[in-house]
Amino acid sequence: MRKLALNDDILMRVEKPARYIGNEFNSVIKDKAEIGLRFALCFPDVYEIGMSHLGIQILYSMFNEWEDVWCERVYSPWMDLDQIMRKEKIPLFCLESQEPVKNMDFLGITIQYEMCYTNILQVLDLSQIPFFSRDRGEDMPIVIGGGPCVYNPEPIADFFDLFYVGEGETQYRRLFDWYLENKHNGGTRQDFLHGAAKIPGIYVPQFYEELYREDGTISSRRKMYEDIPDKILKEIVTDVNEAHYPLKPVVPFIKVTQDRVVLEIQRGCIRGCRFCQAGQIYRPVRERSADKLKDYALEMLKNTGHEEISLSSLSSSDYSQLNELLDFLMKECRDKHVNISLPSLRIDAFSLDVMSKVQDVKKSSLTFAPEAGSQRLRDVINKGLTEEVILKGAALAFEGGWTRVKLYFMLGLPTETEEDILGIGDLSNKIAAVFYETVPKDKRVNGRVQIVASTSFFIPKPFTPFQWAPMCTAKEFLNKAHLARQGIMSQLNQKSIKYNWHEADVSVLEGVLARGDRRVARVILKAYEKGCMFDSWSETFHNDLWLESFSQCGVDIGFYTTRERADDEIFPWDFLDCGVTKEFLLREWKKAKGQTISPNCKAQCQGCGANRFGVGICYEEG
Amino acid sequence: MKIRVKFAKYGAMKFIGHLDMMRFFQKAIRRADIDMKYSEGFSPHQIMSFAAPLGVGIESRGEYMDIEVLSMTSPEDMKQALNRVMVEGVEVLSLSILPDQAKNAMASVAAASYMLKMREGNFPIPELKTRIRDFYNQDNIPYTKETKKNAIELNLKQGIYEIDTDACDTVHMLVNASSSGSIKPAMVFEKLCQFANVEIPKSAYQITRLEIYTDLAKEGEAHRFVPLAEVG
Repeated sequence: MRKLALNDDILMRVEKPARYIGNEFNSVIKDKAEIGLRFALCFPDVYEIGMSHLGIQILYSMFNEWEDVWCERVYSPWMDLDQIMRKEKIPLFCLESQEPVKNMDFLGITIQYEMCYTNILQVLDLSQIPFFSRDRGEDMPIVIGGGPCVYNPEPIADFFDLFYVGEGETQYRRLFDWYLENKHNGGTRQDFLHGAAKIPGIYVPQFYEELYREDGTISSRRKMYEDIPDKILKEIVTDVNEAHYPLKPVVPFIKVTQDRVVLEIQRGCIRGCRFCQAGQIYRPVRERSADKLKDYALEMLKNTGHEEISLSSLSSSDYSQLNELLDFLMKECRDKHVNISLPSLRIDAFSLDVMSKVQDVKKSSLTFAPEAGSQRLRDVINKGLTEEVILKGAALAFEGGWTRVKLYFMLGLPTETEEDILGIGDLSNKIAAVFYETVPKDKRVNGRVQIVASTSFFIPKPFTPFQWAPMCTAKEFLNKAHLARQGIMSQLNQKSIKYNWHEADVSVLEGVLARGDRRVARVILKAYEKGCMFDSWSETFHNDLWLESFSQCGVDIGFYTTRERADDEIFPWDFLDCGVTKEFLLREWKKAKGQTISPNCKAQCQGCGANRFGVGICYEEG
Repeated sequence: MKIRVKFAKYGAMKFIGHLDMMRFFQKAIRRADIDMKYSEGFSPHQIMSFAAPLGVGIESRGEYMDIEVLSMTSPEDMKQALNRVMVEGVEVLSLSILPDQAKNAMASVAAASYMLKMREGNFPIPELKTRIRDFYNQDNIPYTKETKKNAIELNLKQGIYEIDTDACDTVHMLVNASSSGSIKPAMVFEKLCQFANVEIPKSAYQITRLEIYTDLAKEGEAHRFVPLAEVG
């Protein structure tokens, strides 16, 4: 039997010991004597979050399909275990073998959101791996990062040996082969990194340098070797139907956030909302065939025993074979007592019909994401949802028996006025009014409609048309939230509307990390040294420690957040190429300021540049 | 058709709590493609009940779960199908068909036997062996059970049916596990250590549940404990 890294005494003391023991169904144990390369795959957050991530399951399954590779999982130990491991000097370990991460060939970290940056340092620290790439010796694992935050890796560039830019399915085999070859030839770590820098999609930050002007903006970049690329183009799967899919995902013992079979129906999004990074970096849209997905669904349900299945994509309603797929799933799942959990679909007659078949209408709520309170501002952000469509959808839903509606908005969007903010209350009120007009008094379940309006704060992200936009200060954000609340309180149906808003401080910090450069790295390290960790959890977020760190490092928050960028500014992430051109993004930024919408990819090509990949929607007959 | 499943739980699996074990079996049963009976209603669930929850950290060689199926080939087939989809540390030991009128596992539980064994690296304690008879011969073994709201005074003696050692590092006991008057082996061990005047931290020993029993005695008769697997 496997020996656990933590003794019984420790496991009995920590919350949810199941986070640390591995042994889940479909987890992979290999004979290490037959393994050429060992990979620790880390999601730097707590187990329940990390286990819910599809990308990790894809890489885990693909790596372990290769005979010479053993991939194991690592998650952030929660605060209770973190304290014990520090005190007792227990090195962070992989769940499968329970062996220290520092004994592996690679430590791969998926970077899904900026607020996990201090957790990355926690993982390195507990693993007893030096924070800085330059300080790592020959015997240390190669630390590689992937995921959406890699589209601006500069704030954490010093902590990584490599970044993988783009979709993971394509270049890992080549990277591993080069690693094994270099090891076999007695090559050094530097030899490996140099060779890796020439593999498509691989970025080795220590071979590049950022140079700054007096005003703090970037003047240019320098590279250490002539034979490495100036620009790194993202990797992309050209045939999603042939790409690896994890048909035997690991089945956790404890309840995790996404405790179900996940079917990724497509990659990319046709919509082009101007605030959305995912909508740009995953272009072009590529659909998986419904036939393939049907097979996957049956196989995965059988292999896991999950009692729920859900579809995953950025905009499921745009998937062209949705009806066919859902009809199939509804039929199969009824017989198998499997629930279908539907992603946020566009609210129309079809989706309401499906939802009423698979969900308990009385319990479930409908979600609309208008993102902005007025049509004017929705045009600015290119959110194609009109008030008419929302009200019509709501009326249909109320007729169908729904009584709960969730609405998502953003505050602090470019060009936003007081009127736009008050529009949030107006729209919420109109939806409530539709309920009272549509549903006769004697048929109202619970007597009234429940509307929950939530606002988050807008954070400009790299590779979006809003990458040039200034961001609000925490105080401005809170004033906006206050105004939105007043707007709702003054409505006729205000008793039917509940308002939630996000924390402002954490949004400001996310703003710095999102558009930061290499100078931000020392702030992250300082904050970590002061004890910051799990910054995405409100109970463990310490804004005061972050503010102290910024001031002690002499880094100005406003430079990264509130400053409006000139059209020709060189951004820290400009050396990456996600397929979409900077010219296109600038064009969109100008159209936004002129309140001009852009049609979606299906309606009319906007020439974003993603057609260079030669696949997907760019080449489909419209 | 009612089925009683006996299984063992050990190794890393002892850290999986009761509710998560239920979830584990619900999924395993689907993987094994067992033709389960589901409850009625909007969100039907498998008909499944466990005999007695096992505390986190305790191993077991005698856990019980009752399920209801619509059809099956044979208990042996079902046992094999389940064992093909288990993980290391959970093993289906036996499986039997219950008479329709049989009481469910939980209602049947009367007693459970446990073994407490010093972990490797801990010395045997001779006092355990020399003092155990005197300990058990007391009429009253008072124990104060702290709950969230208050403290309850118990007499453990009534709930200890047998207690013995076969070496200086192992204690066996058979204790009340019924819905009325169930006591935990750790409580008994704590009092034994006090009585023998030795200090043994919780981390020094491993508790293993060996078997769960029902009581076939009629009212007024002496206990007649029979393993749950042997009923029906």
